[in-house]
Amino acid sequence: MYETQYHRASSVQDAVSRMEAAGEGKYVSGGMTLIPTMKQRLAAPSDLIDLRHIAEMQGITVSGRSVRIGAATTHYDVASAAALKAVCPAICSLASHIGDPHVRHMGTIGGSIANNDPAADYPAAMLALGATIVTNKREIAADDFFTGLFETALEDSEIVTAISFEAPAKAAYQKFANPASRYAMTGVFVARRDNGDVRVAVTGAGANGVFRHGDMEAALVANWSPDALSNVSVDASELLSDIHADAAYRANLVKVMAKRAVAAA
Amino acid sequence: MAKVTMTVNGRQVSGHCDDRTLLVQFIRENLGLTGTHVGCDTSQCGACVIHMDGKSVKSCSILAAQAAGSTITTIEGLAADGELHPVQAAFKANHGLQCGFCTPGMVMTAVDMIRRHQGQLDEATVRAELEGNICRCTGYHNIVKAILAAAAEMSGARVAAE
Repeated sequence: MYETQYHRASSVQDAVSRMEAAGEGKYVSGGMTLIPTMKQRLAAPSDLIDLRHIAEMQGITVSGRSVRIGAATTHYDVASAAALKAVCPAICSLASHIGDPHVRHMGTIGGSIANNDPAADYPAAMLALGATIVTNKREIAADDFFTGLFETALEDSEIVTAISFEAPAKAAYQKFANPASRYAMTGVFVARRDNGDVRVAVTGAGANGVFRHGDMEAALVANWSPDALSNVSVDASELLSDIHADAAYRANLVKVMAKRAVAAA
Repeated sequence: MAKVTMTVNGRQVSGHCDDRTLLVQFIRENLGLTGTHVGCDTSQCGACVIHMDGKSVKSCSILAAQAAGSTITTIEGLAADGELHPVQAAFKANHGLQCGFCTPGMVMTAVDMIRRHQGQLDEATVRAELEGNICRCTGYHNIVKAILAAAAEMSGARVAAE
């Protein structure tokens, strides 16, 4: 690891000030991606600004069906929050399958979203739940937040402080995990609202990162059942191809995971 | 250089290290507690698992500075009064190790797992919970057996105490 200077931020404002004073700074929350990346010398921030101890970024509040999750909340805390499980068990289940128990004790929802790894699980949940990404400056719709591989709408020094969403009537997430890394080779999050609206979001498969599948959404609005997806075609030309799975295989996985998710919701 | 202070195995300790020093390096090199191992350098193997503020974490993927002010338990902190912790005893009784390199991380993982599930574990759960720990000798079978035995004994002991 290259040299770096560590700062522990006491508040969101303190974190922003430290970032603005830093040369090539990076925010760190759980650090479950960033620290391993720095160990491999693939990242070399001059300054690390630790967000893990900022009280205003912690915790989960559920009021009726409105959910707010502080960005520094760990995967473990999301997975085991009883109030959240009561209104949206799908996001708890998703969190309980990220990485391994030790990673879930450190890694945070805000870190995962801000990093926008194309194989991360949470971005699919944010898109399918129509979540709002709350930052220190503004509120951004999930549809506008994820802009490409490891790219988001966040500006320099902007911090994700929380996410919020209305719990849907039904939702589920199914992923085909890489057998070695457990990252999603394809993961699909489906959500259906009381008014019949449906969102289908796919992670791990898109060449440009997480995306919504409009044809699947339309098919499920017409008929909320796994069979409704049988005749929907998934275009392989915009999917990732790598040693783990080529695009055609991923196209099939998208459909299979979507069907399983609808069945599980 | 950072001055880092934390509580390790019940004792307050401090030391000077670079801001980039990993917690596992601090534990091994500054504190001389070499029971915590480094197995992979890619954050996958779990040989470095310790407890930070009561939860299992990979000490190879956390900076010592990030852990400043926290309460840490390492494998050296488990046995009390010269008696093996029930999980350590179960690993010994069930031959849950061969070369022993992964064992400190396995034992710390098992203690955390038994605590979170309040001793209510089955084989499938134990295997799923071992996702972040790699053993290249045993084929896991006796590790799973050891954890199940320890969970049964520890919840039995708790019932007896109540």
